[in-house]
Amino acid sequence: MARGSVAVVGAAETSKMGQITEMSELQLQADAALNAMADAGLTAADIDGIATAGKPPDALAQYLGITPSWLDGTLIGGSSFMLHVRHALSAIETGLCTTVLIVHGESGRSRVEAEGFPEFIGGKLAGQFEVPYGASLPPTMFTIPVLRYLASHGLTPEDMAPVSVIQREWAALNPRATFKDPITVDDVMNARMVAYPFTLLMCCLRTDGGGALILTAADRAKDFPHLPVYVLGTGESAEGPLVSQLEDFTSSKASRLSGKRAFEEAGISHADVDHLMIYDAFAHVPLYGLEDLGFCQPGEAAEFIRNRHTAPGGRLPLNTNGGGLSYMHSGMYGMYAMQESIRQLRGTAPAQVPNANISVAHGVGGMFSVAGTIIFGTESAMQ
Amino acid sequence: MVDTKQRHLPRPTPETLHFWDGTRSGELRLQTCDDCGAVYFPPRPFCPECSNRNVSVFAASGRATLYSYVISNIPAPGLEPPFSVAVVTLEEGPRLMTNIVGCDQTPEALTLDMPLEVTFEAQSDEITLPFFKPAG
Ligand SMILES: [Zn+2]
Repeated sequence: MARGSVAVVGAAETSKMGQITEMSELQLQADAALNAMADAGLTAADIDGIATAGKPPDALAQYLGITPSWLDGTLIGGSSFMLHVRHALSAIETGLCTTVLIVHGESGRSRVEAEGFPEFIGGKLAGQFEVPYGASLPPTMFTIPVLRYLASHGLTPEDMAPVSVIQREWAALNPRATFKDPITVDDVMNARMVAYPFTLLMCCLRTDGGGALILTAADRAKDFPHLPVYVLGTGESAEGPLVSQLEDFTSSKASRLSGKRAFEEAGISHADVDHLMIYDAFAHVPLYGLEDLGFCQPGEAAEFIRNRHTAPGGRLPLNTNGGGLSYMHSGMYGMYAMQESIRQLRGTAPAQVPNANISVAHGVGGMFSVAGTIIFGTESAMQ
Repeated sequence: MVDTKQRHLPRPTPETLHFWDGTRSGELRLQTCDDCGAVYFPPRPFCPECSNRNVSVFAASGRATLYSYVISNIPAPGLEPPFSVAVVTLEEGPRLMTNIVGCDQTPEALTLDMPLEVTFEAQSDEITLPFFKPAG
């Protein structure tokens, strides 16, 4: 892939966020798509590639009035949309299509005609070997590795709490965030225990919402209303959905491989990164992410966060929208991480990071089963 | 501890039937590759290390250690909170998901690397699930 050959020229979230009982899941997708098209000054007639996760892309194309020459329905959990960006990049480069719309919409809270968390059929491997033991929902699946991680680094559950506290600080700066009131480490530790060692304040929200991106070739990117944001590098990898079969509970192999590939493609070092988004379905995921992406040595992410390097004013602003823990989490959060990267690089984020030119958005899909990494850059990052 | 009517039960497939036949007769069955010697789980009629189809089924020792877990306060079908959702490392190498039974469902009672042994509980005529309890 040529660095920066494709740019994001449209980006928007749903008009509302939180509890949206007046829209079906399909309409949440459409609401996000229409807002992104308006952002780019385009209509359905201008779109020839479409990607979405959770609902068939052809159903969404028909609803929106799009006739696609390229479709991608990759569904691998919350980081599906990172993979869509990566696949769209190669589709645009190879001429399969010119203008790709990537859409997420999920009625995660109100469940209005929602697809829902995948139903485990008894014959599937997870249905035979994991679900019977109660490993059937994210709080009892995504969370299982962490005690091994903490023990192997001499850490305790309390070392996860600053992740929630500091992301709440970012959320306080974001008018659209669901939760904005400050919290302390004690608040996090004393909150209701959901699944030891995770308290409620270490778990993501459940809300309704959506977001959409429009990508096209970089040589057209300056013809659109907003500053283009270029795709500098991408990565994806997978280990698979069986939590018990993950190679190492102290690190995500999919994240390591995805991140490494994206940094190599972008040709950047960690010191070049101005802004970082790491999918945070639970408080441990940013700790793994900081280490698996190479920003911290194994076991050092908790101290890095406690020392406020990722907090407002810190040298590596992380999850500046408040994240899945405080901003919103509809179920497949990856789209919102990329939306925040785009806002930061356009200079339009509520909690704007000064001089943000390179942003990394890292998505973890399923329960550490899949990872996708997108590195975005401004015009000046292209120099 | 088990509500057999409600717990989500496995539906064996042709590739996993030997495993569920095994648990019903008190054996925890693993597979090994006749070519490269890899021992693997979950069941499949080929080796995930070298893609060879010549594999054999054998009975594992049933000994394991506790690799990681959570203690769920969220109800699950047939499971009364608090219950552990655990991953154990079998003596033969592979890991599997289970519940730790026969001890308090507390962080104090559930210590990482504690020695465990398999115990079988019939859930229906067809399905017996393997659980693990402190080795004693
Ligand atoms: Zn083999």
